Amino acid sequence: MAIPKVIGTETEYGIAAAGVADFNPVLASSQLIATFAGALRRIRWDYEQESPLRDARGFEPVQVREPAEEDVGLANVILPNGARYYVDHAHPEYSTPECASARELVVHDKAGERILERSLQEFHAAMPEGYRLQIYKNNSDGKGNSYGTHENYLVDRATPFSAIVRDLTPFFVTRQVFTGAGKLGGEAPWDERGRHRYQLSQRADFFEAEVGLETTLKRPIINTRDEPHADPEKYRRLHVIVGDANLCEVATFLKVGTTALVLKMIEDEYLPDLSLANPVAALHEVSRDITCTREITLADGRRMTAVQVQWEYFERAAKYVEQEDPGPENEEILRRWEEVLTGLEADPLSLHRQLDWVAKYRLLEAYRERDGLEWSDPKLRLIDLQYHDVQRDRGLYHRLAAAGKVERLVTDAEIDRAVLEPPEDTRAYFRGRCVERFREHIAAASWDSIIFDVGREALQRVPMREPLRGTRRHVGDLLDRAPDPATLLELLSS
Amino acid sequence: MPKEQEQKRIQRREHGAGAGEDAGQVRASERAEKLKEEMDEILDEIDAVLEENAEEFVKSYVQKGGQ
Repeated sequence: MAIPKVIGTETEYGIAAAGVADFNPVLASSQLIATFAGALRRIRWDYEQESPLRDARGFEPVQVREPAEEDVGLANVILPNGARYYVDHAHPEYSTPECASARELVVHDKAGERILERSLQEFHAAMPEGYRLQIYKNNSDGKGNSYGTHENYLVDRATPFSAIVRDLTPFFVTRQVFTGAGKLGGEAPWDERGRHRYQLSQRADFFEAEVGLETTLKRPIINTRDEPHADPEKYRRLHVIVGDANLCEVATFLKVGTTALVLKMIEDEYLPDLSLANPVAALHEVSRDITCTREITLADGRRMTAVQVQWEYFERAAKYVEQEDPGPENEEILRRWEEVLTGLEADPLSLHRQLDWVAKYRLLEAYRERDGLEWSDPKLRLIDLQYHDVQRDRGLYHRLAAAGKVERLVTDAEIDRAVLEPPEDTRAYFRGRCVERFREHIAAASWDSIIFDVGREALQRVPMREPLRGTRRHVGDLLDRAPDPATLLELLSS
Repeated sequence: MPKEQEQKRIQRREHGAGAGEDAGQVRASERAEKLKEEMDEILDEIDAVLEENAEEFVKSYVQKGGQ
């Protein structure tokens, strides 16, 4: 039986300061995060490797070790909502806390946008007049440089990786029809820049391999990074690098919801073989077909459109949910998945309220109509970029949302709460609540541990090897009862 | 999935694939009209927040070192 799908996303945000000479994105990212995080900054990230057989509920003394990031002074913090906010390469990156449902993930992914927006406001208030940063939730600068939005899913270690590769690759190649965030032109080195006016995906141009470990060059459709941040005997963390950053809530919901369902079906050996003849070429072809009608070739010779391949997955999923995994969230995933595939077949442009690539395309079309612009007009390139601005007064997605022109799935109140509070049904609850209540006594923390300094000779590590333990139900009462971290450690060990 | 729902979906799929070229052209001009109607107001709003000097702005946006 498939295991529950714990989900998280990591987003590298684009950062720029138009008109500022000698702009240093690494430093600015660090300042941005430090400004927001304030006092939280002194909790450092724990890079300590842990032994695989350690008891998930015990704790033990550890040695202090200074991590590399601290040496160069770049911000890297854990927030009270259980998220990690840090500098990665030359970008501010936000990793959501672990979420136990697709809807919860949407709320926390959006909370990340708000945290970047709020960071920007505080940063501007602290900087001299006229110094202005731009932050974009996208994946490309339009000049051949990409930065990632990664998804993470908890997967059963017993499932052969070859099965994941076989059954997930055709899904990833074709899910772009609803996960794409849209992009003007092409950036692939092998393609002529102006040959295609618009494509579904920001990221497809940057993928050159089927399977591999790389994330910055020769990027693979299936990434093999094996770093479970959990009990490695039981779990894999599937690290997905092939997706786009979505602003539309329906697109994010479908991206992670359908992928989680497909992974469950892989674990339960529920899928037919839909292997493609040439996945990398198909990834590029699907992205370049905004009519969603071109056929790609399967390994067995069949020809199908991306939407037809998605229908194959959908039909199996409908049976799977009915027979194996019924419940309101899965039913909503199916309902929206079916609506979107139906819409894509009838008229892709009808989905402008649900999908980023369509919403953006419609905006570009409206500008072209009104102002008589050529596809090469720089104003259209600006719209392509500014669609992704995280500031709600400037970002064009946000202007569409405020005008009621895109469909919302969650409320602003839920998002605001998620800026401050962790999900209650994963270990992020324990992490977030400890950071909120005992930050002065936390020496370091990571996805699967918290190291307390309670004034004893040795630091005390609490391992969290089970992503679905440390929930409010498990530890809420202990956290409420403990007046200080020493008492909490005693309660945990008793 | 219930049979009825499945049939409905197959019908919709066939309908979508069968739309002729003429219908497509009519749809396109209708769409342009509708687009103008629905988007004019929001475009005015967006005009006020678009970054100035689009060409220079877009040219200066370069992101090195991403995953």
